[in-house]
Amino acid sequence: MDGFLLAGATFCLLVSFGYTLFSLGAGKFRPGVVNLVAILGGFVLLTVDLWKRGQAQGACPINSLFEVLVFMSWSILLIYLIVGPAYHLSLLGAFTSPLVFLVLLIAQLGPVGPPASGRFTRDPWIELHASLTLIAYGAFALAAVAGLMYWIQDRQLKGRKAGALLYNLPPITDLGVANARLLWLGFFLLTIGFAAGFISGMQVNSAKFVASAAIWACYGIILGLRRARRLPPRRTAAASMAVFGIVLLTLPVIQYLSSPK
Amino acid sequence: MNILCAGISHRNAAVDIREKFAVGPHELEETLGRIRGIDGLAGAVIVSTCNRVEYYTASVCPIRVLDGLREVLEERAGADLAPLYTHDSPASVRHLFRVASGLDSMVLGETEILGQIKQAYEAASGYGATTRHLNKLFQNAFRVAKQVRTETRITRGATSVGSVAVDLAGKIFGDLSGRHVMILGAGDMSERTARSLVSRGVRTVIVANRTFERAAKLAGEIGGMAVHFDNWQNAFESVDILICSTAAPHPIVTRGKLEPLLAGRDGRPLFIIDLAVPRDAEPSINELENVYLYDIDSLEQIVRQSLEVRRAEVVRCEQMINDHVGDFMTWMRTHNDRSL
Repeated sequence: MDGFLLAGATFCLLVSFGYTLFSLGAGKFRPGVVNLVAILGGFVLLTVDLWKRGQAQGACPINSLFEVLVFMSWSILLIYLIVGPAYHLSLLGAFTSPLVFLVLLIAQLGPVGPPASGRFTRDPWIELHASLTLIAYGAFALAAVAGLMYWIQDRQLKGRKAGALLYNLPPITDLGVANARLLWLGFFLLTIGFAAGFISGMQVNSAKFVASAAIWACYGIILGLRRARRLPPRRTAAASMAVFGIVLLTLPVIQYLSSPK
Repeated sequence: MNILCAGISHRNAAVDIREKFAVGPHELEETLGRIRGIDGLAGAVIVSTCNRVEYYTASVCPIRVLDGLREVLEERAGADLAPLYTHDSPASVRHLFRVASGLDSMVLGETEILGQIKQAYEAASGYGATTRHLNKLFQNAFRVAKQVRTETRITRGATSVGSVAVDLAGKIFGDLSGRHVMILGAGDMSERTARSLVSRGVRTVIVANRTFERAAKLAGEIGGMAVHFDNWQNAFESVDILICSTAAPHPIVTRGKLEPLLAGRDGRPLFIIDLAVPRDAEPSINELENVYLYDIDSLEQIVRQSLEVRRAEVVRCEQMINDHVGDFMTWMRTHNDRSL
C-alpha cells in the first residue's frame, strides 16, 4: 500500500510534468487545471503516505534518507500550494512538478537505502527541528524554481526572443519578488527549526553543525545583501539556485550524520 | 435552404468605396427592412465594419435574392457594384467562420471582428430579421472563432510596434499602473507608444524635447508633464520606461550617463524603447543589470515573428473551420425548411 501511494504521487507529478512538456511543444505553455489537479493529487497521496509512516513509527517519518526525500517533496508541494495561488504564480507549478518528480524518483530508485522500520521515540523539539528544517528546504526549493524562471525570463527579454516562454512566464518583477519572499519564508522557518534544535539540547555531530550553519549563513548573507540593495534580483535568483544545489548535495551527508544509529 | 453572403472588404475595395456601402446603426433597421422585402429571402444579418460590409441571407433561391440585393445596393450605394463578392453555402458558411476567426482581417488573427459580428447578429435578431438557420449559423461562427482562438496561436503576440512595447512592458513590470514613463524626443511614434502605455494605466509621463513648447503640448495632450531636454537626467530617478525618439545624430543615452543613474533605483528594472534612427541609446546598455533595451529593429522583428507564428497557424485554423462547415452543412441538410 505504501509503495502504491508513493508510486501514485510520482505518477501524478509525471502527468503534470508531461502536460507541461506537451503544452510547451504545442506552443501554449499555459498551466491549466491538469497541472493543478495532478499536483494536488500528488500532494494528497504523499500526505497519506507520510501519515501512515508516521503512525507506524510513532514519530515524524524522517528517519532515513528515503523518508527525508519524500518529506521534502511533500514540503515543496505544500509551499507551492500555499504560495503559488497567493502570488498568481500558477506556472511555478509547471516548473515545480519536474523537480518533485525527480526527487521522488531518486527516493524510490536511487541509492538512498530502505525506509526506516520500527518505532522511534524522540523529543518533540527535535521533531519540530527536523520537520521545520525540511519544510524550510521546501521553500528554498521553490525559491530556486522561481529563480530559474527569473533567469529564463531575463534571458528571453535580454535576447529579445518573443517565444512562447516570454509570453507565458510571469512578469520578471513578480518573479523577483516571489524569489525573495520564498527565501525569506525558508530562512524564517529554518531559523525557527534551528532554534528548536538548540532548545532540545540535542547532541550534534560537528560536521553536521558546520554544514547546517553554513547553509543558514549563506541564505542569511543573500537576504542581507538583498535587503541592503547590494544584490540585484538576477544575482539573488542565481544565488538561490546555487545554494539550493549545495543543499541537495549536502542533504545525504547531513541525513547520514543525524539518522538514528 | 441556402446561406448567401454578398459583400465588399478591404481585400477588394478601397475605403472610398467601402464607405459608400457602410450601414450605420441608425440606418440598420431600415436597410434590413428593405432587403427583407426581397422576394424569396427569409432572413438577413448585416455586418458593417470599417473593413467590410457583408450581407448574410437565408433563402431558398439565392439567385433571386442576389438580384434583389444588387438592386438594393445599387440604389443605396449609388456606386459600381463591381467589387461585390458573393458566396453561397457552403462557401458562405466557410467565409463567415473565417471572418469571425480573424483569418480574413487586415491584421491576421485580430479579435475585434468577433465582437463586431456579435453586435451585428444581436442587432438583426433584435429587429426580428434572423431565422433558425441564421441563428444556428452565427452561434456556430462564435463557437468556431472561440475554438480557433483558444486552440491555436492565431492571436499570439503583438502586431504593431506600439503593442509590442506595451506587451514587453507587461512582461517586465506586470501591472503598469503606477509606473512612470519618460519620452525623450516627442515624435509621432513615441507619442503613439506613450498613448498605448497610458491606456494601460501608467501613472505619469514626463516629456523632454529640444523644443520645450512641443514637449509641453504633448504633455498636455496625454496628461503628462514637460521638462527641459537638458534636465532629463534630473527627472530620471522614478522612471520605469524610457521612450527615445530624438533626431540626434549620436546616442543621447549612453552607458556612462546611465550607470550612475541606475545606482539610485533599488534594482528596479528599466525598459528602454529606442525608436530613433540613428539610435538614441548605446546598444551596450542592454548588458546592464535590470535594463532591457529594445530598438526599432528588435521591436519590428518581434512583430514579424508574431505575424509568422500567426501565418503558420492558418492551416490548422482552416482545418478546424472545414470540420465545422461540414457539421453545419449536415445540420442544414437535416433541417431543410423550404417553407417561407
